[in-house]
Amino acid sequence: MTRHARFSQRLLPFGVFFIVLAAWEALVRLGEIPPYILPAPTLVAATLVQDWGTLSASLWATLRTTALALALAVGGGVALAILFAQWRWLERSFFPFAVVLQVTPIIAIAPLLLVYLEPGTAVLVCAFLVAFFPILSNTALGLASADHNLRDLFRLYGASRWQQLRLLRLPSAMPYFLGGLRIAGGLSLIGAIAAEIAAGTAGRGAGLAYRIVEAGYRLNIPRMFAALLLISLAGIAIYLALEAVSRFVLRRWHESRAEPQG
Amino acid sequence: MTDAHPGTPALLSLRNVGKRFANGVTALEGLDLDVRQGEILSLLGPSGCGKSTALRLIAGLAEPDAGTIAWRDGQRPEIGFVFQDATLMPWASVFDNVWLPLRLRGDSREQAAPRIVEALGRVGLGDFQKAYPRELSGGMKMRVSIARALVMRPALLLMDEPFAALDEITRARLNRDLLALQAELGATILFVTHSVYESVYLSSRIVVFSQRPGRVIDTIDVAPPGPRDEAFRVSSFYVETCRAASQALESVMQPATAR
Repeated sequence: MTRHARFSQRLLPFGVFFIVLAAWEALVRLGEIPPYILPAPTLVAATLVQDWGTLSASLWATLRTTALALALAVGGGVALAILFAQWRWLERSFFPFAVVLQVTPIIAIAPLLLVYLEPGTAVLVCAFLVAFFPILSNTALGLASADHNLRDLFRLYGASRWQQLRLLRLPSAMPYFLGGLRIAGGLSLIGAIAAEIAAGTAGRGAGLAYRIVEAGYRLNIPRMFAALLLISLAGIAIYLALEAVSRFVLRRWHESRAEPQG
Repeated sequence: MTDAHPGTPALLSLRNVGKRFANGVTALEGLDLDVRQGEILSLLGPSGCGKSTALRLIAGLAEPDAGTIAWRDGQRPEIGFVFQDATLMPWASVFDNVWLPLRLRGDSREQAAPRIVEALGRVGLGDFQKAYPRELSGGMKMRVSIARALVMRPALLLMDEPFAALDEITRARLNRDLLALQAELGATILFVTHSVYESVYLSSRIVVFSQRPGRVIDTIDVAPPGPRDEAFRVSSFYVETCRAASQALESVMQPATAR
């Protein structure tokens, strides 16, 4: 494929995106649709600029919750997976609880957490709970997936348990962990948003989801769209960031990341 | 090429060794085997005859259920193991892969470096220290695997069908290089294969295994009159020995021809 053709292929989705936006704008203007039913893209953009003070503070709050929850999930999930890998009885005892937490929809747990915890903490715990499981299960799977011949080799050379974990099991688990991390990144945002809606807290530290609920009550549809746009952008940013991390870590050795060999 | 030394005591002796797997399959039964210092001994037999199990028992990766494994010096010496797959760590460079055995013994990068460089030089990969396994061909990966085994200067090198997955040309080249390495280092090599040609080309002695449960049914001494060069591969001695080994192998396959 020529460079020119490759360039235009990369441009294609953007072109389609702008055509859709233009069609949307035209539909609203020509059809004279009132903004409380469907705001035009230009109005959403104007609202975003006009309400930036409020919205950016909420965006920051939601991102902070998401990042903190993800960090806790990574720390907790990896630590627990390592404990599980070292002591199988621990895994048998506790893994069912992790599954129960995973299969129970977070939106159903949130009201209960809101009874016990103050809203900010409850939102954080919700986001943590949904992000935790993919990290735990993927890392546990990865730790158990080390090549059996390599394990024999480590035994042959008298490797200690710690050496086996550090030099064999953790690197083996890395692609699995990174797969879990990318899922968890998206889920922690979803968890934070779901919990914010359930919490419905106003004032300082209110997240984007609360802005949506609030704007909905006031029939401020352009603002709903603006907040929604920010949530989407946040999700995309998280995905791209974790994708970049994954690419960087695996670039030299993993088939999924490396450049094809000639 | 040194011949077997009938006079010297065996480096290791297996007597009446048996091994059953947890699933009830008997892999080995009544296995007697002597490995002499400095020889290349091939274990030749049909697939699943317990050759690999014998190797694992000798390496100490599994315990025999019956019989004894006695070492000349009373304890297991330094052992190198080469698997059928190169079994390299994909996340580590060639250098770091060869470093592994020394690293597990507590040697730092700097301490280990001279021996790593030496081992990689011996297998002809001196220029590939920084490469990653996925950037190498199958034959080169196997060379790294051999360098990793050599870096500990093992008294006994165990090789479990190491070249079985490689193409014919690569295999022939690695066979030749292995002979040169053995002549240089004087290591004892125990080589599992199901290729008659490979076993005749490489070994000073061939031990033919029966089908499972594996035991020794024939021993063939291979003492060619000349060097083991390319001419050896087409010599009448080579052809005759291959025929003898094939016949021994045929005889154990007979009961199972119904399959």
